[in-house]
Amino acid sequence: MRSRALANLAAPTLFGVGVLLLWEAVVRGFNVPRVILPAPSAIIARLATSAPTLVADFLQTIQGVLAGYFIGCAAGLIVAILIDRTPFLQRGLLPLGNLVSALPIVGIAPIMVMWFGFDWQSKAAVVVVMTFFPMLVNAVAGLASAGSMERDLMKTYGATYGQTLTKLRLQAALPFIFNALKINSTLAMIGAIVAEFFGTPVVGMGFRINTEVGRMNIDMVWATIVVAAVTGSLFYGVVALIERQVTFWHASYRQRPA
Amino acid sequence: MKNVLPVAIIVAAIVALWYVACLPMNAQLQRDLFANTDNTTYSFSDFVTAEWNMDRPKLPAPHQIVAELDHTIFGLAPSSKRSLVYHAGITLQETILGFAIGSALGILLAVLVVHLRGLDRSLMPWIVASQTIPIIALAPMIVVILNQFDITGVLPKAAIAAYLSFFPVTVGMVKGLRSPDPLQLDLMRTYSATRAQTFFKLRAPASAPFFFASMKVAVAAALVGAVVAEVTKSEDGGLGARLLAGSYYGQTVQIWAALFVAAACSAALVAIIGLADRITARRMGYAR
Repeated sequence: MRSRALANLAAPTLFGVGVLLLWEAVVRGFNVPRVILPAPSAIIARLATSAPTLVADFLQTIQGVLAGYFIGCAAGLIVAILIDRTPFLQRGLLPLGNLVSALPIVGIAPIMVMWFGFDWQSKAAVVVVMTFFPMLVNAVAGLASAGSMERDLMKTYGATYGQTLTKLRLQAALPFIFNALKINSTLAMIGAIVAEFFGTPVVGMGFRINTEVGRMNIDMVWATIVVAAVTGSLFYGVVALIERQVTFWHASYRQRPA
Repeated sequence: MKNVLPVAIIVAAIVALWYVACLPMNAQLQRDLFANTDNTTYSFSDFVTAEWNMDRPKLPAPHQIVAELDHTIFGLAPSSKRSLVYHAGITLQETILGFAIGSALGILLAVLVVHLRGLDRSLMPWIVASQTIPIIALAPMIVVILNQFDITGVLPKAAIAAYLSFFPVTVGMVKGLRSPDPLQLDLMRTYSATRAQTFFKLRAPASAPFFFASMKVAVAAALVGAVVAEVTKSEDGGLGARLLAGSYYGQTVQIWAALFVAAACSAALVAIIGLADRITARRMGYAR
């Protein structure tokens, strides 16, 4: 079991290291200009020398990401519970919600910058709108997922609506809710960074990428992207870890018989 | 079809709410405007109508956006640089080209991952991990890099659209190509079918529902990619460039109009794929 887990980890690690080595070799071997593709070693050096700037950018962007993520997800969940009680709203709002989740919502970024100013609040607003609909659609599907047998059982217990909601239906909805939380962790990062393309105080990851591209400091752009990638993966990883703890009973986490 | 009435009522409610929301949003601006023109004798209804017809409102009223849409879509020649048809055409070109490249690449990658065990173990974790990365952040850089190679015009932006659309296709198609039952795969083996036969007769048809589901996600992602790419390289036009220009000059009505056209394009593309899905489903018999 242990050796298998090790092998599962080794293969992608080897592949990743191989790609990095190949990248380094190609850049050095063919003398690729620094403005087109910097070598991984140059990016790592940049990460070290520009650490204070990168940290400041990270702190600026993450405020908008986290604030928007929590508000957007909470609002989506609450509206989902409200909708769930009224079938009329369900029939009217769900097709719209599905439609909106296919729309290029990042486009509202310039409007939000106009409404909420250049600072992180406008980025949070974009993230709220982006994360709201995936959560709404998933949570409504999740609330409907509790089986009729279980619901009947709750009824025979004489459970109130609130009891059925908290003890059965929200629990059954958890895998769906976590699915939305995971999708939203990525969307939140994207929303905040793209919103920064439309104007920020002179700090933030999206701002950094946009200006350093203009100055042809491509290694700095890559360094920022590394920070964004690590942040995005960690964010996702933390949500996935919580999911594993909370929904350990779900089929996808049960130990498979050997 | 039974959902038409509730949806219509909700949409009407949203429009009504929108009109109401315009009042507090624009109140301060309008008050300043009246103060500047020494107009102190306005009535409440004057104030409200003025708020709904401002030149640069914080939140434009729906009829202003409709008027702008009407003007820029039907009022101007499609070749005019101020026509939204012109900009939407650019965006759609990039989206469709990028979507075609991206989904072809995604399918190819999925076929490889399903058939080469080593690749599955080493590549798949990275494909999944790449989904957690804000890929869109790469957009400005890709445009610049491709510019260095004298690749300009539609292609750099299509490349970003392709980049965004290929991940959902790969992940969905790997799932789809693996969806046949082990029993069915065993049956193919007892027929001593070659890998190619198994692929074309069993795996490919079985993946059809996954194919369309991931196409829908991919085409929407491609449009987002194209719009964001246009923001970073706005001199060639496109809906993203309209968004940026609008935000520079405070032309809120223009931003909203571009946004609605982008939304309509996205919805139309998804609907086309949905239609293809339904037709295929009926002919292949997996329709529910």
